[in-house]
Amino acid sequence: MMSLNPRDRGNDGALTLALPRGSLFEGCLGMLDRAGFDTTEPRSDSRALIFELEGLTIVTVRPSDVPIYVESGAADIGVTGKDVLAEQSDRAVYELVDLGFGRCRMALAARTGSDDLERAERRLGLMRIATKYPRTATDWFERMGRQAEVIEVKGSVELAPLVGLADGIVDLVDTGRTLAENGLEVVDEISVCTARLIANRVAHKLRAGEVDEMVGRLREAARG
Amino acid sequence: MSTQPLPTGTRDVLAEEMRELRAIESALLALFAARGYEEVSTPTIEFQDAFARGAGPEGTATYKFLDESGSVLALRNDMTVPLARLVARRFASEPGPFRLAYSGSVFRRVRPQRGQLREMRQIGVELIGAEAPAGTAELIELLVASLDAIGLQSAVIGLGDADLFPSLLTELGVEGPARARILECLAAHDLVAISDEAGDLAELGETERATIVALSDLRGGPEVLERARALGGPAIERASATLAETLAALEAAGVADRVQVDFGLLRDLGYYTGAILEVYDPAVGEAIGGGGRYDDLLGRFGSPQPAAGFALYLERLHVAQAAEQELGARR
Repeated sequence: MMSLNPRDRGNDGALTLALPRGSLFEGCLGMLDRAGFDTTEPRSDSRALIFELEGLTIVTVRPSDVPIYVESGAADIGVTGKDVLAEQSDRAVYELVDLGFGRCRMALAARTGSDDLERAERRLGLMRIATKYPRTATDWFERMGRQAEVIEVKGSVELAPLVGLADGIVDLVDTGRTLAENGLEVVDEISVCTARLIANRVAHKLRAGEVDEMVGRLREAARG
Repeated sequence: MSTQPLPTGTRDVLAEEMRELRAIESALLALFAARGYEEVSTPTIEFQDAFARGAGPEGTATYKFLDESGSVLALRNDMTVPLARLVARRFASEPGPFRLAYSGSVFRRVRPQRGQLREMRQIGVELIGAEAPAGTAELIELLVASLDAIGLQSAVIGLGDADLFPSLLTELGVEGPARARILECLAAHDLVAISDEAGDLAELGETERATIVALSDLRGGPEVLERARALGGPAIERASATLAETLAALEAAGVADRVQVDFGLLRDLGYYTGAILEVYDPAVGEAIGGGGRYDDLLGRFGSPQPAAGFALYLERLHVAQAAEQELGARR
């Protein structure tokens, strides 16, 4: 196999696309199908990390790792959610296309029917908010002029208000089922997030023709 | 006993790497000297006022401190402002053009966990007193020779125009916060935010939106000049004409094939006017050098004259050189 490291391969070889394992993965594969790529391999092998398609190399990573792979040039282009890009807004990547799929809401949620948030804000001066998106949450409360102590957790955010770690949470909400199952409800919507196509700055210049062609193909396929 | 850590973004350089860094520096300074660009040196610390005067609020240095009389000093975050200051101060009554070279450290803020350097070495030149397009072409020709001198044959120079988007936005009547927001999106190349009709740039019309996005994505050989002109408007026409003029001069110098015209190029320093440059190498995920014209900068130090320059980033040149040598060895 030819090396994928840009330090070894220069501008040779197929473009590398970083895809997020997780909820956006299926949408990404559907888009690749419609763009004419054969996705049998990435669909069947759940352990492999690298897939060589005809004219495109796929690397699969955690959704929150896509920006660093693309920023560093380890991948030329990538797909990840706007939630990830907003949280990592200091990453120097080019955001080229809103692919439209994977539509979710970033929302503030609390225990259903409770006044936990208001009460904390009124009596204690601030709300304690658990989230996997500390920067997004901090920026939003800042913009709204509300005081919040943002507590970063890495998973199972829904647990925090149930056991008193926090008064509410800021998290990505798809259907709202996970929230409902845990007795939580959306209090406020912060933003709408969809899958985005991003590119490395240098690849966007040095491989302009190939990047534009691939971006056009994926843009069409995402709309289809 | 525990070891003594270093601040984030700083590092020691050991013998083998130092030899290679020094070889790059010597090759570049020797080339510059052969072309009449003599090395000078300015202080590592200056009054903070110098940076604010030269580059505006964006030029504010990161590391500031007080001297014994209470004046604010700063570690330099840029080499061009001190060199402009030097020329205005020391050569005010002499006829130009002035050709100067330098090699030195600049100090920038870093974000944690990013591998960014707080202290980075820049090697470059300033050509002060020479107008566009001849002055710009002389610089780009020297930049190509510099890349060749250190074995970076795959490196490409992006050539853009610093005035394009500011004058286009004025032409479209976009002022105030929306203007600042669009320039911010363009600098980050966030085309989705500009395209988004429901976003915070709702006052932009559909045609304006499409023009800005198309222009920002327009890069390639001389053929993109025509595609830009097709987007219409005096600002685009003027930028295309300036770029065409520079390209013609580069054709004559035989280095046009190393240059990519890039209408989406923006530089983050506040003093650029006209032609701007960035240098890319396939082995490095970010620019390995940059520069451009700064025709207004000398005036801010009381000695108005046209000027331009470029800086190459030593540590990134070294990464690129190592990769090209290994690539060359395998081919």
